[in-house]
Amino acid sequence: MLYDSSPVAIAIFASFVLGVIGLSFWLGRKGQSAKGYYAAHGEIHWFVNGIAFAGDYLSAASFLGICGMIAFYGYDGFLYSIGFLAGWIVALFVIAEPIKALGKFTFADALDARFNSRGIKFAVAISTLIVSIFYLIPQMVGAGHLIVPLLGLPHAVGVILVGVAVTLIVVTAGMVSTTWVQFIKGSLLVFFCGILTIMILNRGLLLNAGRQGEEDLRPQVQTRTSDGRVLVNGEPQTAENDLRPVGTIYKLPERYGDARETGPLRPLEYLSTLEDSQIVTWSAKKHTDNKGMHTTFTPTIRDGKDLLKPGGYFKGLSSGTLTDRLNFASLMLALFCGTASLPHILIRYYTVKDAAAARKSTVVGIAAIGGFYVLTLYLGLGAMTSGYLDPTSSNMAAPLLAKSFSETLFAAISAIAFTTVLGTVSGLIMAGSGAVAHDLIENCFGVTMNDHEKVRAGKISAVFLGVVAMALGILFKNFNVSFLVGWAFHIAASANLPALVMLLFWPRTTKQGITAAVSVGMVSSLGWILLSADTFEKVYGLPRGDSPIPFSQPGLVTIPLGFLVLVFVSLLTPPQEPRQVVDA
Amino acid sequence: MGNNHHLKDQIAVRSRTIGMRLFLIYVLLYLGFMGIVLFRPDVLSWRPLGGVNLAIAYGMGLIFSAFVLALIYMVACRGRSPDA
Repeated sequence: MLYDSSPVAIAIFASFVLGVIGLSFWLGRKGQSAKGYYAAHGEIHWFVNGIAFAGDYLSAASFLGICGMIAFYGYDGFLYSIGFLAGWIVALFVIAEPIKALGKFTFADALDARFNSRGIKFAVAISTLIVSIFYLIPQMVGAGHLIVPLLGLPHAVGVILVGVAVTLIVVTAGMVSTTWVQFIKGSLLVFFCGILTIMILNRGLLLNAGRQGEEDLRPQVQTRTSDGRVLVNGEPQTAENDLRPVGTIYKLPERYGDARETGPLRPLEYLSTLEDSQIVTWSAKKHTDNKGMHTTFTPTIRDGKDLLKPGGYFKGLSSGTLTDRLNFASLMLALFCGTASLPHILIRYYTVKDAAAARKSTVVGIAAIGGFYVLTLYLGLGAMTSGYLDPTSSNMAAPLLAKSFSETLFAAISAIAFTTVLGTVSGLIMAGSGAVAHDLIENCFGVTMNDHEKVRAGKISAVFLGVVAMALGILFKNFNVSFLVGWAFHIAASANLPALVMLLFWPRTTKQGITAAVSVGMVSSLGWILLSADTFEKVYGLPRGDSPIPFSQPGLVTIPLGFLVLVFVSLLTPPQEPRQVVDA
Repeated sequence: MGNNHHLKDQIAVRSRTIGMRLFLIYVLLYLGFMGIVLFRPDVLSWRPLGGVNLAIAYGMGLIFSAFVLALIYMVACRGRSPDA
């Protein structure tokens, strides 16, 4: 769809984003030593850190991706919310306190605390880099999608804007600044999504999204010609000849008689009313001929009760094929195990003063994140029935839902979504730059650096990662961001969790076992993803059937494989006396 | 000094024990949900909570139970830690 940009929306957006960046610079102006740059001096208050956890974690995948998936496919997007939150239970009960006691600046510090092994440092640094890059891709894709309707600029410009802003934040003040960006963004996101949910409940459900007359149920066709033009229903795409926005209520429950709207609804009442309604969704089918690639969007009337149970996105849950069930179980396992293995989440434990603060900040994080995920269900369903959805982009559902209320709210929500990306990307770039400068250059390759040089190495690494992130964000433009972030969870859970858990709970773990588990977990999960049917179809443009992998999500195989490799290699290598643990 | 270290170790072991028990409770709840989604998806259409189906009620329940277990853990560990 084509979008008009409004000067008011641009002004609100610019002041929001500049305000957040300015505040973070001001608050983060003290972090110039290595400990300040990488770990915010270990002085962040546990409550601020807890909300910053939410800021770090509630990425574009949570906000744009889940809302879009619920709006397009119904309940299945909420399964991501459930899985993303469940991961925090592993973080709180298993990982939080021990990792605070083990590490100093990075995740590799923690895994290597007992051994001082170059092999561990190298393997963990590479795994941190790969996970961070895979997590960066969906954030950058999301940033690009936000810019298109708001500023009327191309997707690539949005990606470059966020890349430059984040690199500036990280290079200027490191972890202190990053923490404050995440704190501000986490607070704003939960608060404004709460407001938006209240507005959704207050509006209730409207027939045909409040428009007069019957819903237009004719199919629409978008064509991308071989010479790069875009046609809508056979004519050039213009403001007058554009795709119709979609997603409305077709029929309200019997009890509403001839009424065209329900009026305000209570939270549970909203869900039960939607379940008894009929909703116009649509299917998208692509075919290519000598004129170009055609996508046909066909409206379909569906019962609410079918949209509010699993099976809309994960088709196998309703068809019941074994590989589809394995695919789903594998994804849910990776979401459960992945959170506590994400390097940018783990490094946040070094910014508080002790294990008790680590525990308390995790509880605050769970409260904020859990509250937000409850809201995602309402945001997604509100978008599904708002009559404002762009059928070509699931990632735009949340901002367009805000637009269904007002341009101002649209600008505010888009700005918050943009700062969401800023917060998460800055955390990821911090984790990645720490892996390159602290783990690889200093600890693994043995380059001696003074405090100033350590910070400079981190900043140069941050710039490099920022450029890589921008390039990948442009390349992966057409993917749902929740789907993309799932890959990062698989790699993190497969490479990092077995080593972390066994180090904490199995005294017989050896340095060779850890190095092997991280390496095998990382290579196997990455290889599985690159050879999967999803990647064949969506990245390489090849038939799904050509993939040699039985199902696309690797975690069900590669997470246990990491544990097995660690146990096997540890038992084959001599037990090692632990060295004195570095005091955090 | 030695006594303080011993006390800290004891506290860490106790916290870990409490944490593992709460963790197991949540794992059972999560596995129960996964089991229903994978093997008895028809049950998810049942509407036990004010007209809301089991798929949503269980999902919301998992989110709330994570928060409740986290609170129990925080309260249980408070006063056990010298730096709490």
